[in-house]
Amino acid sequence: MNAGWVLLHGALLLGMVLTAASILWIRNLVAGAIALAVFSLMMALEFYLLQAPDVAIAEAGIGAGLTTAIFIVAIMATRSGKTPNPGAPEDEGTPE
Amino acid sequence: MRSRIVGYIASVFYPFCLVFGLYVVTHGHLTPGGGFQGGAVMATAVALMIVSGMFTVAVREKKVVRYKWCEALGLLLFVALAFGGMLQGGSFFHNWLANAGGCFGEAVAAGPNGGALNTGGTIPLMNLAVGVEVFGGISIILVTMVRAMKENRDG
Repeated sequence: MNAGWVLLHGALLLGMVLTAASILWIRNLVAGAIALAVFSLMMALEFYLLQAPDVAIAEAGIGAGLTTAIFIVAIMATRSGKTPNPGAPEDEGTPE
Repeated sequence: MRSRIVGYIASVFYPFCLVFGLYVVTHGHLTPGGGFQGGAVMATAVALMIVSGMFTVAVREKKVVRYKWCEALGLLLFVALAFGGMLQGGSFFHNWLANAGGCFGEAVAAGPNGGALNTGGTIPLMNLAVGVEVFGGISIILVTMVRAMKENRDG
């Protein structure tokens, strides 16, 4: 295990922690979904480096591809919290 | 959210996505990947069309019926191949095509080698069945979500 290998693993793990934290911090929902996709991509790379290419393909396809699409479709189906929702009852307050 | 450029580029990438998924499925017994992963890659092509705003293409009733047929036929082929082993006198899931010559029936060469596609018996066919089934199933999930969104928006 040489230094470059350790550096690569460290950079990937640090990036995973940073993207996971940014999913919580980011207020924009679409940006959060993209951050989740980046997290999944780094996870897939880490799986590949740990010699599990089978799991890496599944993670890249499901995590980075399909869940992002499903999240984006779900975000497209919702309205922004600031605009009044005509169908919702009035006394619920504005959701963040 | 709909852009004509993004839509056109997505429709250019759509067949390549499908072909790459089929590659992962058909080489499932030789390389990493297999039925589930390849099917998920193929379903990602449908997701690409939906996210890029071309969902009028992917959500049509004819296409949904086709996804349902994909799912049903994939499962049927999988179970039929498994029962085929019993018909040949073996157990359930007995690999009755391996080393028999013909369809995926070539004997595997001894020692480390690059791998021949025409080996594996029922395993590549089962991979194909699982791939088609997963493609249909995940596409139905995506299309159902988009339809619920459109109904919510229109009505």
